[in-house]
Amino acid sequence: MKLQRLRGLIRKEFIQIWRDPSAIAIAFVMPVFLLFLFGYGVSLDARHVPVAVVVDQPSAETSAFIGGLQQSAYFTPQIYGSIQAARQAVMTRRADGILWLRGDFSRQVLQGDTTSIGVFVNGKDANNARILQGYLQGVWQGWLQQRAASAGAALVIPVTGQDRIWFNPALRSRNYLVPGLIAVIMTLIGALLTALVVAREWERGTMEALMASPVTMGEILLGKLIPYFFLGMGGMLLSVALAVWLFAVPLVGSFWVLLLCSSLFLLAALGMGLLISSAAHNQFVAGQIAIIVTFLPAFILSGFIFDIQSMPTAIQVITHIVAARYFVTILQTLFLAGDVWPVILWNSLALALMATFFLGVTLRRSRKRLD
Amino acid sequence: MTDTTLRFSQVSKSFARGKDRVQALNNLDMSLPPGSITGLLGPDGAGKTTLMRLAAGLLIPDSGTISVLGADTRRQARQVQTAIGYMPQRFGLYEDLTVQENLDLYADLQGLTPVAAASRQRELLKLTALGPFGARRAGALSGGMKQKLGVACALLRAPQLLLLDEPTVGVDPIARRELWVIIQGLKEQGVTVLMSTAYFDEAERCDEIILLHQGKLLKKDSPAAFHQPLNGRCFLVTQAVVSKRHLRETLQHRASVQDARILAEGVRVLCRDTRPHAVAGEDWQIAAPTFEDAFVDLLGAPEDPDAEIMSDPPSAAPPTDQKAETVVEVRDLCKFYGKFEAVKGNTFTVRKGQVFGLLGANGAGKTTTFRMLCGLLPASSGTLQIAGVDMRHATAQARGRIGYVAQKFALYGNLSADQNLAFFSAAYGLRGKTRQTRLDWAQREFQLADYRNVNVDDLPLGIKQRLALACALLHEPPILFLDEPTSGVDPLARREFWQRINALAEGGVTVLITTHFMDEAEYCDQLVLMSLGEVLAQGSPQEIRDQAKYPAHPEPSMEEAFIHLIQEHESQIRRAS
Repeated sequence: MKLQRLRGLIRKEFIQIWRDPSAIAIAFVMPVFLLFLFGYGVSLDARHVPVAVVVDQPSAETSAFIGGLQQSAYFTPQIYGSIQAARQAVMTRRADGILWLRGDFSRQVLQGDTTSIGVFVNGKDANNARILQGYLQGVWQGWLQQRAASAGAALVIPVTGQDRIWFNPALRSRNYLVPGLIAVIMTLIGALLTALVVAREWERGTMEALMASPVTMGEILLGKLIPYFFLGMGGMLLSVALAVWLFAVPLVGSFWVLLLCSSLFLLAALGMGLLISSAAHNQFVAGQIAIIVTFLPAFILSGFIFDIQSMPTAIQVITHIVAARYFVTILQTLFLAGDVWPVILWNSLALALMATFFLGVTLRRSRKRLD
Repeated sequence: MTDTTLRFSQVSKSFARGKDRVQALNNLDMSLPPGSITGLLGPDGAGKTTLMRLAAGLLIPDSGTISVLGADTRRQARQVQTAIGYMPQRFGLYEDLTVQENLDLYADLQGLTPVAAASRQRELLKLTALGPFGARRAGALSGGMKQKLGVACALLRAPQLLLLDEPTVGVDPIARRELWVIIQGLKEQGVTVLMSTAYFDEAERCDEIILLHQGKLLKKDSPAAFHQPLNGRCFLVTQAVVSKRHLRETLQHRASVQDARILAEGVRVLCRDTRPHAVAGEDWQIAAPTFEDAFVDLLGAPEDPDAEIMSDPPSAAPPTDQKAETVVEVRDLCKFYGKFEAVKGNTFTVRKGQVFGLLGANGAGKTTTFRMLCGLLPASSGTLQIAGVDMRHATAQARGRIGYVAQKFALYGNLSADQNLAFFSAAYGLRGKTRQTRLDWAQREFQLADYRNVNVDDLPLGIKQRLALACALLHEPPILFLDEPTSGVDPLARREFWQRINALAEGGVTVLITTHFMDEAEYCDQLVLMSLGEVLAQGSPQEIRDQAKYPAHPEPSMEEAFIHLIQEHESQIRRAS
């Protein structure tokens, strides 16, 4: 190991990063793009859901009910004249559900009889349908309570739940998505970028010239690892800054712990990229492999969007070899819950093991040979 | 310290290719004396690059030992790599880095102190005349400048052994000449140089030549020793009446003539014995043998010497004369890539049945011109007509009348030769009986029978070239475009290729061809000499050579003419600015 050679390689790499827009694009434009896409575009919350409301016989009672609906941020009620028209609205996707107050609604309510409200929900998207169902139930329960209060009588419900929502009190899905996204972004920078740039050296014949010089394989690998480590950390800091300042995701835990854990994960991701490049000497193949074995698992199997607990057992076992899984857990904990040491330490240990494994195997596999 | 710089003892090396193993080098024994220049020659797949990589310690032999300056490449690869300079094919430069940055990188990798690096770099920049271009990116250099920068990077540590893998491929004659000045200078300093090359004239300038064939050492000796057995067997034949091309054709078919090739002065003949075999009207003069003769003699015809090449030219037409109709007409053709002017106002015409050559180094604008001619690239300005059709409007109509062989042949590598032929025949809309007739014709005329079921990736370059030519001729086009068909192809395959092209032209096919081999110019009827997008000269080979004639140099070769014309052109530009 000679410092001069390593310094030469690192300087070369930084010049190339600076001059080649594709590396900058992957490290800095991609995170912004993904964060905007997931921060603004994807939301797992139900808000302003269009609901078709059918009132057979309008009266003071029904308008009070609909008034409650209109005040809710969850719904955008649209009045339809008949149930047929409302059904048509659901079919043509102008509404996600129907609330039907039948002709005898006001009469029965006034008589104090038991009455029923027709609730139809488009069950195509099961998740949304369940949310909508719950919200609609909430609406008339609120209405009933209000009515009872105005009549001077307490509505008697034998058991009520005392809700407290921890860590994400506003229930913004963004708070949950954005931290996980940082793990995906760093996988992309770490694995895809290193795999591509090493393959590029093979393709352009520069690797052959490098290898014919007295440089060691360890120096070549470090010469890739160090620049892309800094580039990756740059992308990470940018993502964290956007998360905190643009998307207003609270960072409850310590920033320094976040930095430390990110370094561990980045080493693992870089290790994966270098390992791929030791097998694939062409940019196209290296890119394909990197996307299939690192980026897609980080997206799907890390628990970033899809909950690991609800996956089939076999898949749950597989998620343990996805480095992003541990990092997603760390990030979500650090951002939303704070420095929960047992979670952070165990997951960091897993990351450290994976980083050691990938970098170790790469170093063992790489020889200064062309065959 | 041993007395040799590089020694191979019983070296064998094979590579896995699919299920088989290919023997790249077989029991090779050789050594290089210190301070000599050795040329490494051989057909494609002879094992030249493998030998270079073995010597640099980038490959480890399956058996045998290689020692470089007393160090074993297997156990002491680092020591070997500290002592040698190595330039791989395509020069191994970082194109995003400037000239200076490339030199700095390799100075760091070689462990030079900043002071030593600075003085050595100054020296090398002066030697390579790259000084003014220190801040230019390597990717923006011409082929010749890249080559010199590659050599400079390999020379930073003043190595005792310099290995150059095809340093002169695709580089213009001036750059080739300059490289030889550098190499001669190194020799005087006691550096041992091993270089592989495809140029016979370069072989002549080496102290020793290693001729490899199919992984075996065919002969290793001085150029003179290669010539010696051929004394008296070489002749220069001239004939007043018939064209050189026609003369070559008749001579080639004469018994006891081993080889005939076209030169500026006439047709060069290598006989199997020492007697001339003149026929009335022909003038036979004895000539000094060259390395090219030795190469042909030692390697023989690539295969089946009796096979008739193009016994049945694709379409019959009256022989060429000056009054033949114009097939291609180009006027003021320009092409801009952004602000960069790749082709600067070219004007030329091609007549039916001519072999029309575009000559120039890599980056001269040959391929761009070609792509515009074929309608693959829109022209920025100017007019071009192919067979009377304006290529800017009715390209589809004209394309059916042209055959096109792209650079590196553009065949499907994982399809067999037969499957490629079948695909291209379908792509050109051939059907039923016609299609079968044409496929049979291609098999027969191009001797592809042995390779029918071999995947193209596994074919030697010369066979690929043949197959590509067959594919382009399936639909019997009257005009054939060939873009660098001979680049990287070994000399024997090149020779055979030109025989086919001559036969095609005799049959009335108009052939447009680009090449950076100056010696191939003699095979053309008309030439355009290009440099940096501009036409330097055009006319027949004789006319172009005449333009470069001056008292001190009454008989310039095409290469000398090219160098002269470029230098004259550059001085004109300098005077103008």
